[in-house]
Amino acid sequence: MATTTQPASIGATAGGDAPVAASIAALITDAPVPHPTLWKTFAAMMAREFRVLGRNAPSTFIRAVMQPLLFAFVFAYVLPKIGSGFGGGGTGVTFATILVPGLMGSMFLMQGMFGTTMPLVMEFSWQRTIEDRALAPVPIRVLAIQKITAGAIQAVIGAAIVFPVVYWVHAPGQGPHVHVTNWFLLIVVMVFAATLTASLGLWLGTVVDPRKMQMVFAVILLPLTMLGCVYYPWSALHVIRWLQIVVLINPMVYMTEGLRAALTPNLGHMPLWAILTALIGGTAVFGSLAVRTFRNRVVN
Amino acid sequence: MTTVSARSGGQGSPAETSAIRTEGLRKTYKSSRGDVQAVRGIDLDVPQGEFFGLLGPNGAGKSTTIGMLTTLVAPTGGRAWVAGHDVVKDPVAVKRRIGVVTQNNTLDMQLTVQENLEFRSRFFGLSLGAASKRAAQLIDAFGLSDRRKAMADQLSGGQARRLMIARALVHQPDVLFMDEPTAGLDPQTRVNLWDILKVLHEQGQTILLTTHYMEEAEALCDKIAVVDHGLILAEGSVDKLLADSGAQTVVTVRFEEPVPDGLAELTGLTERPGVTKVEADGDQLRVFGSDPEGLLGDLVGIGTANGLHIRDAAEAKPSLETAFLALTGREYRE
Repeated sequence: MATTTQPASIGATAGGDAPVAASIAALITDAPVPHPTLWKTFAAMMAREFRVLGRNAPSTFIRAVMQPLLFAFVFAYVLPKIGSGFGGGGTGVTFATILVPGLMGSMFLMQGMFGTTMPLVMEFSWQRTIEDRALAPVPIRVLAIQKITAGAIQAVIGAAIVFPVVYWVHAPGQGPHVHVTNWFLLIVVMVFAATLTASLGLWLGTVVDPRKMQMVFAVILLPLTMLGCVYYPWSALHVIRWLQIVVLINPMVYMTEGLRAALTPNLGHMPLWAILTALIGGTAVFGSLAVRTFRNRVVN
Repeated sequence: MTTVSARSGGQGSPAETSAIRTEGLRKTYKSSRGDVQAVRGIDLDVPQGEFFGLLGPNGAGKSTTIGMLTTLVAPTGGRAWVAGHDVVKDPVAVKRRIGVVTQNNTLDMQLTVQENLEFRSRFFGLSLGAASKRAAQLIDAFGLSDRRKAMADQLSGGQARRLMIARALVHQPDVLFMDEPTAGLDPQTRVNLWDILKVLHEQGQTILLTTHYMEEAEALCDKIAVVDHGLILAEGSVDKLLADSGAQTVVTVRFEEPVPDGLAELTGLTERPGVTKVEADGDQLRVFGSDPEGLLGDLVGIGTANGLHIRDAAEAKPSLETAFLALTGREYRE
């Protein structure tokens, strides 16, 4: 039954917890006049992203450094030490040299996809905290592009960590020989590899049921990495011709091969046109797909 | 619909004089188990400065309506303008002019109380300095000073709700939308929030609130639309709704046995002075009237005289609840 409760007047309720009427009123009468622009809002959203990353810096760093550290330790230190013969196949190339582009590609995938998908799972959970940013005065697609940008920056940072790790962690004489002749190519490959992984992350994060996310990561991330030419160049697969063709559907292959073309150009790699077509085309396709699925998920 | 195209125009169009305007607004959710018509054609016209309430039970279509007005739900029919801007054609212009307090807690859990307000201010184009000043002002006004550095997920329900309202006011919105702002709060906190909303309203803030609490709508709103099953059943001030529904007291008597057909007519109940309507509904007898003096006693007498045993009896004074009952013929379900 309806009651006719008369709310107590301000100041009479809850002691010091009750807000003062005058200061509430001042919120309306004494308010700044906002002038949002697309760029200011975008920049503020990126600033928010880095504030959160900074706050989680220790765990972010550990997540980013563990994988390359262990890989370098096992493949560039332990295996050469125990004389497993694991390496460049008698070509005089250290395995670390082959591993650098591979590990970087794998970091792109891990950091770019994880960094984009995991926050989305939280934001789209039952509380839908995504609505906080969806109400910012920009089109929803700008929010999607902002998320891809933030994920891509995390991916680049993750991949860059590989350099110092592999440089320091290896058995004597087993260091990597990286030789960049074309910086422009390196930048193009890094930018598109990062954007492609972040786009894939946004797409997965918006189409996959959050409860199945763990399963999706197991089913997608593992094969992408293991069959992504991380531990061997694509050309070496010619002895298993069918596999060499099948792995072409793996976007990871083009990242690692692109990095090989930029970092170790002497060792042989997939044709440059194929790498760039796949990276740029893939970014365009998955980027626009992700922006659309994101929008559909935010606006019912 | 020529009126629609005339209103949808640019500067100076009639829609701009209204804070909120909708025409035949609809939302049908497609699903494999059949379509769900959440909103089935709603017309609203809320002038600036009004405190407007959408009152209805859970699942009536209130949240979907607010979702469409705040651009986060795409309408499947009709049109809507907020602050003079079409919610479908120009969602960004709408978002610039609205503040939204959602039913669920959408605070940024990765940020502190202060950061929630600062970053929202910056999303709306305030400079770093202006954002931190505005945040401090809001924190002070909403009594959150001692929680300034707390993470948003460490707040109590009442604190979180206050922060959400503060966050919605960051950019001085033309229209403040609040979806069930006091659901799940204890009575004390609820009354505190009412006080805040009243002050905002006194300062000329246009507010659209949804609620399933009758007393909340009665205590706060200038005007109320009663919503159920995706339609507006009645609209007006509390007084008007009471008057339209007959402003009646409702006396309900439940018997152990079903009420025999024609009992009311046979016993002259319908002819009794002050009685306007009698409804027999299973084992219940409901009498609507303006002068119920002694009515309850008479009903008991009539029941006993006809061999019925009374299980319970209740008398409801004129209120939104009795108005709802008169409008829908159904008990209000919260």
